[in-house]
Amino acid sequence: MQTYFKLAWRNIWRNKRRTLITTASIFFGVLLSTFMTSMQEGSYSQYITSIVNSYSGYLQIHKKGYWNDKIINNSFLFDKNIESNLKSIKKITIYTQRLETYSLASSEDVTKGVMVMGIDPEKEDKITNISGKLKHGRFLKNGDNGIILGSGLARFLKLKINDTLVLIGQGYHGAGAAGKYPVKGIIKHPSPELDRILVYMDIKNCQDLFSAPDMLTSVVIMVHDNDEVTLVKNELVQLTDYNTEVMDWQEMNRLLLKQIESDRIGGVITKGVLYMIIAFGILGTVMMMAERKKEFGVIMAVGMQKYKLIFIVILETIFLGMIGVIAGTVASIPLLYYFLFNPIPLTGQAGEMVLQMGFEPAMFFSMTPSVFYEQALTIFIFTLIIGIYPVLNIRKLKVMNALRS
Amino acid sequence: MNIIEIRGICKTYDKKTLPVHALNGIDLTFQKGEFASIVGPSGSGKTTLLNIIGGLDDPTDGVILIDGVNITALSGRKKTQFRMKNIGFVFQSFNLIPVFTVKENVEFIMHLQGISKEEREKRTNELLDAVGLNDKKNNRPNKLSGGQQQRVAVARALASKPKFILADEPTANLDSKSTENLLDIMEKLNQEENITFIFSTHDSRVVNKARRVITIEDGKVISDISN
Repeated sequence: MQTYFKLAWRNIWRNKRRTLITTASIFFGVLLSTFMTSMQEGSYSQYITSIVNSYSGYLQIHKKGYWNDKIINNSFLFDKNIESNLKSIKKITIYTQRLETYSLASSEDVTKGVMVMGIDPEKEDKITNISGKLKHGRFLKNGDNGIILGSGLARFLKLKINDTLVLIGQGYHGAGAAGKYPVKGIIKHPSPELDRILVYMDIKNCQDLFSAPDMLTSVVIMVHDNDEVTLVKNELVQLTDYNTEVMDWQEMNRLLLKQIESDRIGGVITKGVLYMIIAFGILGTVMMMAERKKEFGVIMAVGMQKYKLIFIVILETIFLGMIGVIAGTVASIPLLYYFLFNPIPLTGQAGEMVLQMGFEPAMFFSMTPSVFYEQALTIFIFTLIIGIYPVLNIRKLKVMNALRS
Repeated sequence: MNIIEIRGICKTYDKKTLPVHALNGIDLTFQKGEFASIVGPSGSGKTTLLNIIGGLDDPTDGVILIDGVNITALSGRKKTQFRMKNIGFVFQSFNLIPVFTVKENVEFIMHLQGISKEEREKRTNELLDAVGLNDKKNNRPNKLSGGQQQRVAVARALASKPKFILADEPTANLDSKSTENLLDIMEKLNQEENITFIFSTHDSRVVNKARRVITIEDGKVISDISN
């Protein structure tokens, strides 16, 4: 076996320049496709993390039908039973309750429809880090009777810290809802849309205002990472009653997922073109392998079986592929490591667009193992497929014809 | 004792379009220890005959028996195995494996035969001593002269301990000194170790050394003279 490996290895270096050109094309192919995949996956991951950490959480519990008809009447009672079920699942790192509804908000002479979110300030902050987005004032304390506004809304309503906001709306089952609340803080929400309509207040105050004591529209649940979502969701589905539903972040953010999916397809097409270019480079070298007919003829004449010869030629292809793939993967590690901590900022229109969507305007990178092995494996498989060409040639080869060539 | 029996061998190329009868009913026998030349003008069929004896080509008709085994009836894989164990080849243009050293080229067939490393090394040294190239064993073929490469090819052909060696125009690419040297080595191996050599050649120096000269013309044996 060692002799076959030796023969294959030395054969690929018979024409150093040709081998270097071929391995260089594989090297750059792996490097570019890994870079591109890392950038795509890193940005997707950033979008997902951003959306999970700024609003949806990994999982939510709602009353059945709430997600499609977000009204306060579709709220549910948060009882001890739900609470103990949530506490019994070890993989849940934190959960928080929300009561979300819509109302009219007025300042001195301006009125606007707003989204009122009743939160548990302490727990909510651990999930969505509202205090980190504060521009003015302070964050809410549990039981606080003040409110926090998005900066866009504050600007529209011409409100500053300690000014009063009046909320007028409809409570649970048609009850009237009206109240005055001092502005305690103004935040810059990453989503420009939410920044223009969002009002945070303590959940108890919110339940009182909308006549919905102990009622919630959602329980937001966090787990360690995305891999645990399905597991926890399945457990929750077993524990919750028929009146409620458990939704994961993917179900709650279908639009984002569709955008990611279509972007991913675009990436696959680009990488496909790249792979094809590399494939032709490799094919040139591999075709030259098949042209060594006379040499193959001599080896078969002296007694080597065809399958052993095929094995050697496959080994040559594997070596060619492996040199390029390993070199490309190794070279991509420090490059991606650098960009992992130094994302490429997006400026101009592209940056504005990403900002409008509520995400940080930068190209982020990922270093998850799949970024590396998927590209390496794909190009390696391409190389092996191209390696079928000389194998087919050898299968058809007749010793006499080969010796005469 | 006959090691090769050739019975009524015919070979026709391009049977369907324009048939060329390369061999027309050849009957020959070779015995152990022969040093024989097959001679004839270009296109007479001597290389075709050598290729058929070596199992590299199939006859259109007839039978070749080697030590009683009808090689024309063997399947491709069995024929390759038979060649590896029983027949040594020396080609006109040496055809050594360029990426292997002299030693590795000689060892290669023994490797295919599954011979142990110790035995391979021992036999390689013996063979390279016999062809006078032990000092070049770590060189690659491109560092050797044509004559030296052909001596390596002879050592390679002998490595598998074949029943006979077929040499197709072995001296065609060699100068006279290298030819003489090569023929001396092959003659010595024939006389001292009773190795059978069958050549196809145009070279009068080879013919002069041969103890049996078979002349072929138009695919037929026209003379078979033993000294």
